[in-house]
Amino acid sequence: MGEAARKGVRELSPLDVYMLLPRTNCGKCGEKNCMAFATKVVNREASIELCTPLVEEEKYRDAYARLREILAPAVREVVIGVGEKSVKVGGKLVMYRHEFTYYNPTPIAIDVTDEMPENELVERVRRIEGFTYNYIGRTLKLDMVAVRSTSNDPSKFRSTVEKVAKITNLPLILCTFNPDVMKSALEAVYERRPLIYAANKDNWRQMADLALMYNCPLAVFSQGDLNLLSSLVKTLLEYGVEDLLLDPGTFPEEGLSETLINFTMIRRNACKGDDRLMGFPLIGVPMTVWLRRDAPKEVLQWKEAYLAAMLIARYADLLIMHSLDGWVLLPNVILRFNIYTDPRKPVSVEPGLRVFGNPNEYSPVMFTTNYALTYFTVESDIKSANIDCYLIVVDTGGLSVESSVAGRILTAQTVADAIKKSGIEERVKHRYLIIPGLAARLSGEIEELTGWRVLVGPRDSSGIPAFLKERWPPKEA
Amino acid sequence: MGVGGERKRDEDAGAIIRLGPKLLELLSKLGEIELEDVEINAEELEIWIPTVIPQVIPAQPAITAPPKVLPEKPTEILAAEFKPLTQTYLGRIVEVKLGATRAEGGSRGRIVKIGGEAAPSFYLWEEIPPNPPAISADVFDMEISLPRALRMHVQDVIGDPAAWAKLAVDRFGADMITVHLVSTDPLIKNTPPNEAAKTIEEVLQAVDVPVIVGGCGDPRKDAEVFKRVAEVAHGERVMLSSLTLDMAEAGVLGDVARAAREHGHVVLAFTAMELNKAKELNRRLYEYLPRDSIVMDLTTAALGYGLEYSFTIHERARLAALGGDMELQHPTSSGSTNAWAAREAWMRLGPEWEPRELRGPLWETITALTLLLAGVDMFMMMHPAAIHTVKEVIKSLLNWRKSRPENIADWITLKI
Repeated sequence: MGEAARKGVRELSPLDVYMLLPRTNCGKCGEKNCMAFATKVVNREASIELCTPLVEEEKYRDAYARLREILAPAVREVVIGVGEKSVKVGGKLVMYRHEFTYYNPTPIAIDVTDEMPENELVERVRRIEGFTYNYIGRTLKLDMVAVRSTSNDPSKFRSTVEKVAKITNLPLILCTFNPDVMKSALEAVYERRPLIYAANKDNWRQMADLALMYNCPLAVFSQGDLNLLSSLVKTLLEYGVEDLLLDPGTFPEEGLSETLINFTMIRRNACKGDDRLMGFPLIGVPMTVWLRRDAPKEVLQWKEAYLAAMLIARYADLLIMHSLDGWVLLPNVILRFNIYTDPRKPVSVEPGLRVFGNPNEYSPVMFTTNYALTYFTVESDIKSANIDCYLIVVDTGGLSVESSVAGRILTAQTVADAIKKSGIEERVKHRYLIIPGLAARLSGEIEELTGWRVLVGPRDSSGIPAFLKERWPPKEA
Repeated sequence: MGVGGERKRDEDAGAIIRLGPKLLELLSKLGEIELEDVEINAEELEIWIPTVIPQVIPAQPAITAPPKVLPEKPTEILAAEFKPLTQTYLGRIVEVKLGATRAEGGSRGRIVKIGGEAAPSFYLWEEIPPNPPAISADVFDMEISLPRALRMHVQDVIGDPAAWAKLAVDRFGADMITVHLVSTDPLIKNTPPNEAAKTIEEVLQAVDVPVIVGGCGDPRKDAEVFKRVAEVAHGERVMLSSLTLDMAEAGVLGDVARAAREHGHVVLAFTAMELNKAKELNRRLYEYLPRDSIVMDLTTAALGYGLEYSFTIHERARLAALGGDMELQHPTSSGSTNAWAAREAWMRLGPEWEPRELRGPLWETITALTLLLAGVDMFMMMHPAAIHTVKEVIKSLLNWRKSRPENIADWITLKI
C-alpha cells in the first residue's frame, strides 16, 4: 500500500485521486476536467467507474486498482438481495458522522419462522411490506425479511423460505446454525442472494462452503468473544469468503453495556486502527430482548425499540427485529433517516412565497421557516385541509421555528424582509399575518416593523384548520 | 439498584430480569388516567427465567495455533487476537457540582456531580467515567398545556410546583428538579422576580435534591429573576437555566453571572447549535465565573425534528473537548422534554401507530438516549417511563462485563 492508501477518508485530497486519473480532460465522466472529477470522487459524489477510459483501457489497469484501494471504505459494502429492493449494507467511510457522512442507512429486517401457520406467515410478510410512513416528503419503509428455522427441519425451512420468496421481493436473511437446514433452503432461493446467518465456531466450514457454492454473503456470529470473531473472519477470508457481516452478539438487559462497547470497539478498530478483520458491516439483533418471554409484551416491545435506536446510533449496519407495531418502529425508521442524512448539507427548502389552492386578496397569509421538516409538515397540513392561502417561507438557514427564534435568526427584521421580498403586499388587500405559535414572542416587534397585524397561530401546524375556522377572517376586519 | 423494596435472591437460579417498577406498571396500566393507577414506588418485580444456565461460562480459548504449512483452505480456525484501539486524550471535562449540603452552605440532602470524563461516552475500555449522567425532572410554575400522555401523570400537581417537584423526586426517581418559571414571561403573566423567587424557595423546601431554575426566555426579565433567585437561594448551588448571548447583547449577562458567583451557583450556558457561539459565551462567562460553575446546553432538537444536528454537535463538542479545546470542556445538558415538540410524539396518526401513551414517552426516551451516546451529562425530562428507562440504561451501560453469552447462543430458535 502506498502513502495515500493509509490516509483516512478525510485526509484524502483530490490531488491523490487526480494523480491516478488519465489526466486527459476527456469529459466522458460528465465533468469539465479530471481535477473536477477527482474532487467529486473524493467527496463521494461520483463513482470512479464513471471514468470509462480508466476502467476499460489496459494501460490504466494498475492506476484503477490503486484508486479502488485508496477509495475503499473502512467497512466493506455488501449487497444482499437482487434487483430494485436489494440492500447495500456497510460501506462506512468514517466512525463519526460529522467526519464525512454515513452511507447505507441501516436496513431493518423483521423475523418470521418456519413454524408459523401459513396464513400468519403470509399476513406478517404483507405487513412488513406494507409498512410505510411519509416523512418530509420521503416514504420510510422496512427493508428485509429474516426467516428463522425454529423447527430445525430442512424441508420445513425450505418450504417456508420458498413461500416467503414467492410473496415478497424483499431481500431475505436465512437464519439457522444447522448447515443441512441452511443448504436445503439455499438451494431453493440462492438466486435471490440471501444473507446466510450464520457461521459460528462449530459450523464455519460448511457455511463457508455454502457461501462459496451459492455466492451469497455470510454472517459470522460470535457472541461476546471478539477474539473468536477475529479468528473466524481471518479463517473465512483465507477460505475465500469475502462478503462477510459480523454479529458480535446483542445482549439485552444486563449485557447492554458490553453490546454497545463491542460494537464501538469493532467500529473504531476498523475506522481508526486499520484492523482489516473488523472492517465488515455489523448486525444488531434487538429481538434478543424477546428471550425474556415471560415479561409483558409491551415491556419487551419497549425495550426492543430503544435497544434498536441505540444500535442505530452506535454502528449497527443491519438490524433484525421482531416487533412489527408502528409505535415501536416509527421512532427507529425516523432516527435512521436522520442519522444518515448528510451533515454537510442543511436540510432546507428554498425560501420565498408559496401559493396553496386558489387564494384571493382576502385569503390568509402565514409564514414558516425553511427547515425542510418544518416546511413539509406545514405544507402537508395545509394541503390535506384544502386551504387556500399564502405561505411565506422565511430563510432561517434551515433551522426550525423554535431553534431559529432562540438563536435570533428568525427575528422581526427577517420576517419584515421576507414579507417585502415575497411581494405579498401586492397580492392581498388585508394586512393580517398569521405567525407560528412558537414565534409568539416576536408579535409586537413584527407589528411595529411591518405595520401588519399579527395573529398568533397554533404551536403545531396541525392546528391550522381549526385556527382558521375560528379566527379567519379576523373579527375586526 | 432500583428505588423499590427488597430483592429476593436465589443464588442457584438463573438470570433475574429486573424490570423497574415504574415502567412495568406504567405500561400495564396503560390508558388509565388516574395518578393512583401509575403508582410507581411499588416493589421491584422479579421474573425468573427457568431455562437459563446458572453461571457465566468464561469464553473458551478455543482457538488453536495455525498449522505451520497452510493448506489451500484452512481446516482449523486460524487464531487472531482482537486488540481494541485505545487512545489517551489531552483534555478532560471539568466536574460540576450541583446543589450544596448543609456543610457546604446549602440545605440539600443530596448533591449531584456531573462531568469529569476523560474519554468519549461509555468507552469503558478506556475509562470508567467518574460520574453517571443525571436526570432532572421538569416542573412548571403555572398551568400549561401538555399532551395527554404527559398530563395523566401530573394532573393533580399542575400549578403547584412544590408538590410536582416532590412527586417527581419521590415517585419518578428524578435526581434533580428543574422549575420552569414560565409565568415570569412578560407576554404571559409577567410574574415579578420576588414572587418567582418565592416559588423557588418553596421547591427548595419541598425536596432535598439540587434545583435548576428555568427562565422564560426573555433576556432582560430572566436576568432580573435570576438575580433575585440567586440571592434567596444563597449557597444552595442551584443552576440558572439559562444564560445566553442575548443577555450579553442586552447588557445584562455580567450582572447575572456576578450574582451566580457571589451566591455560589452554577449557570447553564445556552447556544443554538453552534460551537463557535458556545465557545464565545463561555469566554464571556469566564470573566465572572470559575470553569466548574458552567454547564453547556447546545440545544436539543426532537427526534425527527433535527435530533441529528444535536447528536452531531454534542459528539463534535465532546471530541474537541477531549482533544484539548478548553472552551468546550464543560458538561452538557439536554432538554430532552423537547421531544414532545415532535408531532409523532403526541398526535393521533391512525390506529396502526397507537397507543400514543407508549409512542410519546418512547419518543422522549430515544431522544435522550441518542444524546446520551453523544456524551450528554444531564437530561431535563418529563415522562416518568422515559425518566425510568434512561436511568436504567445509564446504570446498565456503566456495568460492564455482565453479559451472558450463553443466553443468546441460540436466539434463532426462540419461540415467541
